[in-house]
Amino acid sequence: MSFFKKLRETIVKKSEEVTQKFTDGLSKTRDLLVEKVDDLVRRYKKIDEDFFEELEEILIAADVGVNTVMELVDELRSEVRKRKIENALDLQPVLSEKLVELLKNNEDQNCKLNIEEGRLNIILFVGVNGVGKTTTIGKMAHMFKQEGRKVLLAAGDTFRAAAIEQLEVWGDRVGVDVVKHQQGADPAAVIFDAVQAAKSRKVDVLLCDTAGRLQNKVNLMEELNKVFRVLQREVPDAPHEVILVLDATTGQNAMAQAKAFGKSAGVTGIVLTKLDGTAKGGIVIAIRNELDIPVKYVGLGEKMDDLQPFDPEQFVHALFAGLIAKESEEAEEDSEGTSQSDFEQK
Amino acid sequence: MAFESLASRLQSTFDKLRGRGKIDEAIVNEAMREVRLALLEADVNFKVVKQFVARVKERAVGQDVLKSLTPGQMVIKVVNEELTELMGGNVSKLAVSNRPPTVIMMAGLQGAGKTTTTGKLAKLLQKQNRKPLLVACDIYRPAAIKQLQVLGQQLNAPVFSLGDQVSPVEIAKQAIQHAKEEHLDYVILDTAGRLHIDEALMEELQQVREVAKPDEILLVVDAMTGQDAVNVAESFNEQLELTGVILTKLDGDTRGGAALSVKAVTGKPIKFAAMGEKLDSLEPFHPDRMASRILGMGDVLSLIEKAQENVDMDKAKEMERQMRQGEFTFDMFLDSMQQMRQLGPLEDLLAMMPGMNKMKGMKDLKVDEKQLARTEAIVKSMTAEERANPDLMSSSRRKRIALGSGTTIQEVNRFIKQFDDMKKMMKQFTGMTDKMKKKSKKKGGFLPFKGKPPVDPFGGMGGADGKKNGGMNFPFNPFK
Repeated sequence: MSFFKKLRETIVKKSEEVTQKFTDGLSKTRDLLVEKVDDLVRRYKKIDEDFFEELEEILIAADVGVNTVMELVDELRSEVRKRKIENALDLQPVLSEKLVELLKNNEDQNCKLNIEEGRLNIILFVGVNGVGKTTTIGKMAHMFKQEGRKVLLAAGDTFRAAAIEQLEVWGDRVGVDVVKHQQGADPAAVIFDAVQAAKSRKVDVLLCDTAGRLQNKVNLMEELNKVFRVLQREVPDAPHEVILVLDATTGQNAMAQAKAFGKSAGVTGIVLTKLDGTAKGGIVIAIRNELDIPVKYVGLGEKMDDLQPFDPEQFVHALFAGLIAKESEEAEEDSEGTSQSDFEQK
Repeated sequence: MAFESLASRLQSTFDKLRGRGKIDEAIVNEAMREVRLALLEADVNFKVVKQFVARVKERAVGQDVLKSLTPGQMVIKVVNEELTELMGGNVSKLAVSNRPPTVIMMAGLQGAGKTTTTGKLAKLLQKQNRKPLLVACDIYRPAAIKQLQVLGQQLNAPVFSLGDQVSPVEIAKQAIQHAKEEHLDYVILDTAGRLHIDEALMEELQQVREVAKPDEILLVVDAMTGQDAVNVAESFNEQLELTGVILTKLDGDTRGGAALSVKAVTGKPIKFAAMGEKLDSLEPFHPDRMASRILGMGDVLSLIEKAQENVDMDKAKEMERQMRQGEFTFDMFLDSMQQMRQLGPLEDLLAMMPGMNKMKGMKDLKVDEKQLARTEAIVKSMTAEERANPDLMSSSRRKRIALGSGTTIQEVNRFIKQFDDMKKMMKQFTGMTDKMKKKSKKKGGFLPFKGKPPVDPFGGMGGADGKKNGGMNFPFNPFK
């Protein structure tokens, strides 16, 4: 028994470490932003173009998205004119106001996966090449397995060399079956077979891998659309989730990806991967603002349990807390504190 | 806004201010703001942008941009030159060791495309009659070794692997020994993807470097990388002393500002660009074209090159000759359409046309490849006689064609009408281009499409573009 206890403990400890890594990483960003903005406000006594320019740069450095930043700064400009603000220090409350608005859009968004008991849940994974679709599927399979669900994987990446083997290795690690064809087979056929198998084996969750594809390749996007249609036809209201896997290091192009994949595969959520690096994936804020697609999970490493549920408020707070004026920060501190501990419990 | 080209934005900036009579530094600042925004939107790192804009501004003021009649054009010229210069010359050569084998080490983040690029690089070397050995040093990612082995099979190139239980350092060491014994002259080490802040794994790369003493250490960078490209490149360069960079996934629609960031912080040349899914899609990097791309100004050179590669010159000449005589048949139409389609998806071609992204509604335009296929079906449902002689089309023939091609008679009618319109237009143009040619000979002007007529996909649009481009042999307009 003690062996199992030990095992449990190490697992718990590990995931705590991961959570720590996540919050550490974000707090680093936050500190940096606090410092930069404080410094900015102090240095500029008068508000001029250079001031705005520097503010833009601070925001853009997090890949927040040029449009989102420009809109924000333009609004600030007109506020400055309207309220006749001259001192940079006086601008800070206005700035926080705007940033809080940015947060508000996100409050009602659901970050849980649409998984229901007593039915076959189908999740389709899409994205460009090399963002970590297969790895994310492995991690998610592990997560569902831990929750006691019966999981099946569909090896829909029939294009890239050894992609099927890669998914099989994950299947072995996690202990779930993989439905596969040969390399070069029609992905829609693989998915069709997987759905049939999932039905007859009474599986709870079917995770469908697809080949990475650049969103401007019309033919490949058509192929993806076919996979999507097959799922729709075989199971009513499937796929229950279409997850766009996004690499946190990606810049403005992530917006184009979200748009294109949204169009041909009806993306319902995003998994932001590789957030354990120095990139912060700020572009998801722009995607959220413009396209209303929520981030559901974040990937923080290459191990099985390196997948964490995403807390949007926390994310935006972490990115922008420094820009939010002291007063409002105090008010939010309690709520942030609780959400933080919630997060750690998970 | 996102895909509006810098050119049109600058133009509108200067247009706005034209009426004011006096042009001063404020306007230059305004223009520089546009330059800055364009670069930021293209994912160039903001620090790099800042330095760059400062330099452009200096030159812009010094170079009498303000006195120029077309200040917008001048600014673009300066920006383009500076960008090209910053990105370095054409250096797509790989090092050659005087004591073979030459060792190339690939490094980069996860998912940048190292393994695939390793395969592409091997293919490139094979084309130069070299014998590369692919070495599977990625012992971490599931099935990475298998992936390299599959690539090796496709390329018919040897792959060296010791499984995933041996350290990459040892693998590299033995692989080089193996290459010496087998007289293979290039060794390409495919290493595992790693974060630049992962100390343990970066240390491992350094050890591999110690042992393998690579002649080339290439950083593989995803062209879609955002602001973080600077951190990644800086860190890899510091720890490994890179010799060059390979940019991947450039066949996407990203503007690829990461290229500029990486070059600016490392000072190392970008040697190759990966442009597609196939193994032969590794191309030398062209700084000038990348500059245009980052600025959203299209890529005419690549378009011309593509045309040269794919268009059957003899056929084209024959067609041109026929057309000059005022002939235009369905057969010719079919030929030119097929030739154009060989150039790739129409949308790719469109993206390369300068100014296309400027046109209203163009960015959302999806060229309907299916419509092209239907048109093709219509032509193919005609008899040989009908194709050679378009005047034969009676209504019963049209009905038969509609049935045969699975279209409706309305569609057939519409197509034939379009075809007739083209024919008329072509007669006008052939006359006009003859005059144009005489003129341009005098002026020594450059007609980009002279001599390869069928590559002009927009002939049917008529207007100034058509006149400029010389031979009008592909007047079918897919946008109608």
